[in-house]
Amino acid sequence: MSSPSFPMGPITGHHGRAVVVAGDDIDTDRIIPARFLKCVTFEALGPAVFADDRAELATAAAGPHPFDRPEHQGASILLVNRNFGCGSSREHAPQALMRWGIRAVVGESFAEIFFGNCLALGLPCLVADHTAMLAIQAAAGAEPQVPFHLDVAAATLTGPAGPWPLTLPDGPRQMLVTGQWDGTGQLLAHAAQLDRTRAALPYIGGF
Amino acid sequence: MSAGTLYDKVWELHRVAELPGGATQLFIGLHLIHEVTSPQAFSALEDLGLAVRHPERTVATVDHIVPTTSQARPFADPLAEEMLATLEANCAEHGITLHGLGSGRQGIVHVIAPELGLTQPGMTVACGDSHTSTHGAFGAIAFGIGTSQVRDVLASQSLAMGKLKVRRIWVDGQLQPGVYAKDLVLHVIRSLGVKGGVGYAYEFAGPAIDALSMEERMTLCNMAIEGGARCGYVNPDATTFAYLQGRPHAPSGEAWERAVAWWSSLASGPEAGFDDEVRFDAASIAPTVTWGITPGQGIGVDETVPTLEQTDPDERPLAEEAYRYMDLQPGAPIAGTPVDVCFIGSCTNGRLSDLQAAAAVAKGRHVAPGIKAFVVPGSEQVAAAAEAEGLDQVFIAAGFEWREPGCSMCLAMNPDRLEGRQISASSSNRNFKGRQGSATGRTLLMSPAMVAAAAIAGQVRDVRELLPA
Repeated sequence: MSSPSFPMGPITGHHGRAVVVAGDDIDTDRIIPARFLKCVTFEALGPAVFADDRAELATAAAGPHPFDRPEHQGASILLVNRNFGCGSSREHAPQALMRWGIRAVVGESFAEIFFGNCLALGLPCLVADHTAMLAIQAAAGAEPQVPFHLDVAAATLTGPAGPWPLTLPDGPRQMLVTGQWDGTGQLLAHAAQLDRTRAALPYIGGF
Repeated sequence: MSAGTLYDKVWELHRVAELPGGATQLFIGLHLIHEVTSPQAFSALEDLGLAVRHPERTVATVDHIVPTTSQARPFADPLAEEMLATLEANCAEHGITLHGLGSGRQGIVHVIAPELGLTQPGMTVACGDSHTSTHGAFGAIAFGIGTSQVRDVLASQSLAMGKLKVRRIWVDGQLQPGVYAKDLVLHVIRSLGVKGGVGYAYEFAGPAIDALSMEERMTLCNMAIEGGARCGYVNPDATTFAYLQGRPHAPSGEAWERAVAWWSSLASGPEAGFDDEVRFDAASIAPTVTWGITPGQGIGVDETVPTLEQTDPDERPLAEEAYRYMDLQPGAPIAGTPVDVCFIGSCTNGRLSDLQAAAAVAKGRHVAPGIKAFVVPGSEQVAAAAEAEGLDQVFIAAGFEWREPGCSMCLAMNPDRLEGRQISASSSNRNFKGRQGSATGRTLLMSPAMVAAAAIAGQVRDVRELLPA
């Protein structure tokens, strides 16, 4: 069940500070390790986001993890690189990010199941090309206190520099800006077509 | 754009409506659920005041959290017990069949649906688990979904989906002795990358694929998702039909003949068009082992860990991260790498033929001193079949533990997990950082026979050296 602060209705943009989690192929096991999946609600996942990466970096020279740096507390735009969210289909991953406070993600590419899970929760994932992404991440790193503005409808990101053009396929964009990203009602609206399609499938009646 | 492929035909048959925004509403023929990704979906359904539209098209089992030592209830872990109790209550309330512990039909969801004949050619199959791609082995279009989509399928028996492109992966030749479907798929992912399949369905075809058994095809399609492809499939053929015939949910009598005719009509024909095609030669593939932290970081067992110079510039940061995490040296041979734990099982490689292949290596040999080695059958049926032919005794005599069915140390949601920096030889599907239950634990993916060889040798070993010439 979504917490009260989760998005509802049309999502046309987002304004907030950004946090960079750099690297390719960051999988959903890293976003939320499997031991935290032992739950029947999503409510407690926020503090566990990136748990193992954060623990590893807590004592490392390169640490702490961006999610533990004071300047990123309250950040709501996550900046990532290629194939973010690959691996497991666990919706616990976007749930954990959102319960930490993330409300939009910009990256070079996303794994498909993760992208769909985010869309179903109203968490927009937009794509920047490699050069732009490095520039965006550099800008966010240099001036972490300066907010960014993400325009979902226009697919642009503006921050300390920019604007940078982003991409978002038309379907998800329409779903977000019209508030139809949570689609159960849409699916149920086609009851007659559902029954027709079902009835025409030979395996439904046992051939 | 693809045309006339099995994917196109199955898509068209299940298309309900075009949705505003460009997605397609797709009817789901078979919905599989388990204890990890369904409880929040049932809660959401309740919050919306919705019923399960077609409870007869959803089937449940319990796999991720079950212990593999004692499965007596209540479980020692109260969270695991709560998850199973919640699944039981949800299934009872909504009239969904649950294949529970001790039913004779429990097991990993991607093992039991095929063995019960639930998975059939031409179906759309969805499950809140990324390895749902497994079911593509039957010529089904099968994909993993998140919990919101589990809710949608429960409520409407359909999903909003975007159509994928179709890449044909054509494999010539034949796999050599000691080389298995696992090696083939690790080779494909190594070659095309973990992102290479994003936006695609993979059609596996060619002489090497035709020669694979159904269980091998399941291993292959299971890991399509590790190559980024949300689904992978093999066209149905005589091998598919022979596997299905006589299974509990397979059609019989005259219906069987009609089913075979329909299934046959769905295969990609000679006129089918693909978005692209990649070719491989099965005979050139060696037993393959991952050395890094993604399934794409794999090499032949006779190769060395790639150096930075041998690595695509784009992939170098990930390679450097992998060297550090795995504590393996670039340029060093992977053979001879010492291991601590050997795990045979999972939805990738927990079926009878996997256990037979591993037992053939273990028979008459013994696990090396200090190595923890264990075998987790993929289902109660797999366990019973293996015990009937004495495989459990072969493993026990060789020093392996013989466990109860479940997902086990593939993702370590139960008590089976790595400790500290332990390194495992594992027949599972993911070598991500922390995947096997320790934040610093390390995983080397390989075939079940290669895991058995590693257990015997105490280190990565080319299984071909242990097989009869």
